[in-house]
Amino acid sequence: MNNQKLAIHALNQRRTIVEMVHAAASGHPGGSLSATDILAMLYFEVMDITADNVKTIDRDRFVLSKGHASPALYAVLCEKGFLDHDQLVNGFRQIDTDFQGHPNMNEVDGVDMSTGSLGQGLSAAVGMALANKIDHKPYRVYALIGDGESEEGQIWEAAMAAAHYQLDNLCVIVDYNHLQIDGNVDEVIGPSPLDAKFKAFGFHVETVDGHDFDQLRAAFHQARLIKHQPTAIIAKTTKGKGVSFMEDNPSWHGSAPNDEQFEIAMRDLEGNHE
Amino acid sequence: MSKETRTAYGETLAKLVKTNKDIIVLDADLSSATKTNLVKKVEPEQHYNCGIAEGNMMGIAAGLAASGKTVFASTFAMFAAGRAFEQIRNSIAYPKLNVKICATHAGLSVGEDGASHQAVEDIALMRSVPNMQVFVPSDQYATAKVIEYVATTKEPSYVRLGRSKVEDIYGPDSSIDLFKPNILHHGSNHKVLLLSTGLMSAMALEVAKKMDLTMADMICIKPWDALALTQLIQDYDMIVTCEEHSRIGGLYSAICELVCATAPKPVNCVAINDTFGESGKAKDVLNKYGLTQQHIEHVVTYMLDQH
Repeated sequence: MNNQKLAIHALNQRRTIVEMVHAAASGHPGGSLSATDILAMLYFEVMDITADNVKTIDRDRFVLSKGHASPALYAVLCEKGFLDHDQLVNGFRQIDTDFQGHPNMNEVDGVDMSTGSLGQGLSAAVGMALANKIDHKPYRVYALIGDGESEEGQIWEAAMAAAHYQLDNLCVIVDYNHLQIDGNVDEVIGPSPLDAKFKAFGFHVETVDGHDFDQLRAAFHQARLIKHQPTAIIAKTTKGKGVSFMEDNPSWHGSAPNDEQFEIAMRDLEGNHE
Repeated sequence: MSKETRTAYGETLAKLVKTNKDIIVLDADLSSATKTNLVKKVEPEQHYNCGIAEGNMMGIAAGLAASGKTVFASTFAMFAAGRAFEQIRNSIAYPKLNVKICATHAGLSVGEDGASHQAVEDIALMRSVPNMQVFVPSDQYATAKVIEYVATTKEPSYVRLGRSKVEDIYGPDSSIDLFKPNILHHGSNHKVLLLSTGLMSAMALEVAKKMDLTMADMICIKPWDALALTQLIQDYDMIVTCEEHSRIGGLYSAICELVCATAPKPVNCVAINDTFGESGKAKDVLNKYGLTQQHIEHVVTYMLDQH
């Protein structure tokens, strides 16, 4: 898929994210918007996920370890045509709907693991990749973690196991947007240098601009070529990407825009691709 | 005859993996203690070590289960229900994944390792988690039955196993019901009913025989056949529960919850007071913390005297 088409998908996803969070008056827009280009690349180019195989386990799979970015996952599943846009926007975080604040694999087709408690999704992705190795299945497993999430010790337990079992079918993407709830990650509890940490844990590491499709494409391609090692893609991103007043502002980690802010955000996301 | 329930677990699982290739067994560097090494000996490609990282092991178990595997994950009860509680809750129980947490070295009968390794609150923790089934087999035959059963289900289970040898209360041909009270002795005294689980059941059975009481072994603590239990309970004036667990949140609590809602009657317990254990020979620790046949007799006598 060419970059222009990917950009249109990503823009649509960003609009859906803002609509969902605004309608619910609740949710996590900042870290959803930072991850959106990564998800567009994964779901529209890298992964073999289609309407025909979405309900099965015999395909590439994605674990949103940073489960609070559920709007980003729901939005890309919607953009793929697996979810109804209006049901999603009106149902997100509402009572009696499938669209839980943090994703539930038993309620939404295409959600491959229930996540939300940080640090846990990567371990599940390791289990899935191990299962594919055991069964000699060619499918790959992708896990998106947050930079703040890497403060959880379990991330490194999972990383150690992934390298030990030589899971070259596992690709971890770090959404390195530099912000967590309490502020800049380097001020809260600095994870830097993440690339050296993953290398030391036995990973092949690629560092890219997480909003540059060419760089993301090259990194995912390289990850496929690496044998006997898992890959970590450190994707440098901007929290709140695409919405002027949300960009690089930690207060948009977990708060929703009011009506006025919603109008500004949607204008920011009109774009000129269409 | 007697055997450790952990050994019965390892032996049963070693048989199951030969025919069920969907089973994957995980351990956290305790394979020789949890007895999953018996699986490794016969089918090494179905056994994976996760190292000393129990939270990660539960997550890997979840991922394997989400990929169609039947996963048995073993470590000590302290590090399963305790350390990895939240991973079990959020990565296994909430998504209802096919993981059997078979936790050994539960209770004070761990002995010498002391309080840091003696899980006295694991039944309470696991029983409180939605979607989780909790089994406490009382001897080698009950253990085999539980392991064979959970291998056929697709849901999360917690199986509580012990380090020390326990006397058989069943035989190889016993009819064992996992969800109903298994009445092992019918007594003519209908004042007190003994309901017991795990290692205490062999002791409770001896007391029942000596004092002419009815005694039932409870294997599945959640869910259980509440109707069968209520029908049994209604024939007795009082109940004494026996368990190698804190008096808070285990069998005693579960029976009280049932009885309070249906037919209130006095219930007392032989259980661990709200306290940590300590090092010592298993027999000495159990004795010091009130988990012996004599303690059961004492509580029964007290109940008979009071009412």
